[in-house]
Amino acid sequence: MKAKTALPVGQEAIREKGWWKAYRFLILRRASQAVFLSLFLLGPWFGLWLVEGTLAGSRTLGVLPLTDPLVLLQGLVAGHWPELTALTGALIVLVAYALLGGRSYCSWVCPINPVTDAAHWLHDRLDLPKGWQPKRHTRLWLLGAVLATSALTGTIAWELVNPITMLHRGLVFGLGFAWALVALVFLFDLFVSRRGWCGHLCPVGAFYGLVGHKSLLRVTASKRAACDGCMDCFAVCPENHVISPALRGKGAETPLILSPDCTNCGRCIDVCSVDVFAFTHRFDPRIEATPEPSPDAPDEMAA
Amino acid sequence: MSPQRRRFLTDTARMAAGCVLAGSGLAWLARDARALPAEALRPPGALPEKAFLAACIRCGLCVRDCPYDTLSLAELGEDGAATGTPFFTARDVPCEMCDDIPCVAACPTGALDKGLTDIDDARMGTAVLVDQENCLNFLGLRCDVCYRVCPVIDEAITLEVSHNDRSGHHAIFAPTVHADHCTGCGVCEKSCVLPEAAIKVLPTRLARGTPAEHYRKGWEEMEEKGAPLVDGVIDLPDRLPGPGTDNLAAPGGFEPAFKLPEGASQ
Ligand code: SF4
Ligand code: SF4
Ligand code: SF4
Repeated sequence: MKAKTALPVGQEAIREKGWWKAYRFLILRRASQAVFLSLFLLGPWFGLWLVEGTLAGSRTLGVLPLTDPLVLLQGLVAGHWPELTALTGALIVLVAYALLGGRSYCSWVCPINPVTDAAHWLHDRLDLPKGWQPKRHTRLWLLGAVLATSALTGTIAWELVNPITMLHRGLVFGLGFAWALVALVFLFDLFVSRRGWCGHLCPVGAFYGLVGHKSLLRVTASKRAACDGCMDCFAVCPENHVISPALRGKGAETPLILSPDCTNCGRCIDVCSVDVFAFTHRFDPRIEATPEPSPDAPDEMAA
Repeated sequence: MSPQRRRFLTDTARMAAGCVLAGSGLAWLARDARALPAEALRPPGALPEKAFLAACIRCGLCVRDCPYDTLSLAELGEDGAATGTPFFTARDVPCEMCDDIPCVAACPTGALDKGLTDIDDARMGTAVLVDQENCLNFLGLRCDVCYRVCPVIDEAITLEVSHNDRSGHHAIFAPTVHADHCTGCGVCEKSCVLPEAAIKVLPTRLARGTPAEHYRKGWEEMEEKGAPLVDGVIDLPDRLPGPGTDNLAAPGGFEPAFKLPEGASQ
């Protein structure tokens, strides 16, 4: 259960750091999501063809190809060896996410993220029960099932139901009934399973998690000694099991959040009133010693 | 068995069962998605449908680069083709058969095969004159529109002349498609003047039969060989039209052995 503190989540940060610093990464993230979507919409809406195509495959400024590596991988196992353009595009995307954190895709680019975030916000508001909580690695199993199905049917199987590309393509090319799938994801997260889709099931997130396994960009809890145990970071983190090892590490244990599940959303940085967290790279083991760790910090955290 | 081990095994079994279930659901959808409806045509150079569904990533770049807005991406639940894949409907906007084939050039995956360099070699489907009863040319008029608009005129469609039995002294110019040359662009279907086109482009699998392997066309083989296939065959005189038909003047005709009773229909 969430340990409620005297102040609602994030209030202390607003008071200590000001509104902008307490919401900075959330706002930047929404802006990034909006930019990624509108780049694709500038063409069909205003005739500005900077980026053409969809998230599955695009062409920027008429030259730069980008391809969704998971879609291409499904095509590969289904038996099609793609042309160089698509391969190049996938390679660029893979390298980018291998450096920036695979699941940065989830929090900074994916058009479904605002949907599931909205569901979670409402879920909190209505104080609904957690509901069904499948194991975190369920999504890896599903990823395996998706690839197996692609191989067995000889089709790019996940694209038949993938709410991400359906929503994105729908907005850029025409939605059809794809909105129903998106609504389904929203309702699932709201009533069936808290943070269920992105946190437990989505095979795309699982794939990007694998891609960013050793990514350079990481969040560090280098000032963990300053933690006052308010638990706000646990409350906002969509994958809050990733925090404990870094935040509760003893002595020389790394302060880096090294779990590939971390989406690099930066919300923990926002809501921490004492600025325990910061973005850094994975070879930055610095732990900033604050003489006295707060005495009332709980030593065992429930994820 | 230790409780942890038991737990691990049941968890794994449960997960595997869930995945098999999810996978089967997907596979069922995938099977459905292969059934491309007859009026949805793939862009030029598209791989055979099964291979196409493994290759096309549904990026829509072919759609963007088509200068005639021929192509669109199938929308979930509205268009029959697999969601997100490109297609066109001939009667709405046919393919104008661009010389530089921009749709193929745009495709990053090879779902539209770059091996297609001459648009005349495209095989998007095959035109079929499906309704001879309503086709104006078959009724004896000179509409000729499908023939005139065909980009491969006189090869993909010809007008085959025959006698108009109804009027007795006119000709019928039957629009006749030759599948070897038809690209399936759909311009003929688009242009047919009837409220519902009498000529339609169908997927080739529906439009065509296949030759029977064991049936050998003697006349072709004879031409190849330059002599009768079987030596010593006696060539009997052919029965030519003559008395009893309306071509009484033809020489070499035979008088019928008996006269049909007066008033009997032929
Ligand atoms: S050949 Fe031209 S008109 Fe036909 S689908 Fe391709 S781009 Fe469009
Ligand atoms: S460009 Fe190729 S991969 Fe993209 S939608 Fe068209 S056929 Fe599919
Ligand atoms: S579809 Fe019609 S217009 Fe196009 S090549 Fe075939 S016969 Fe000609």
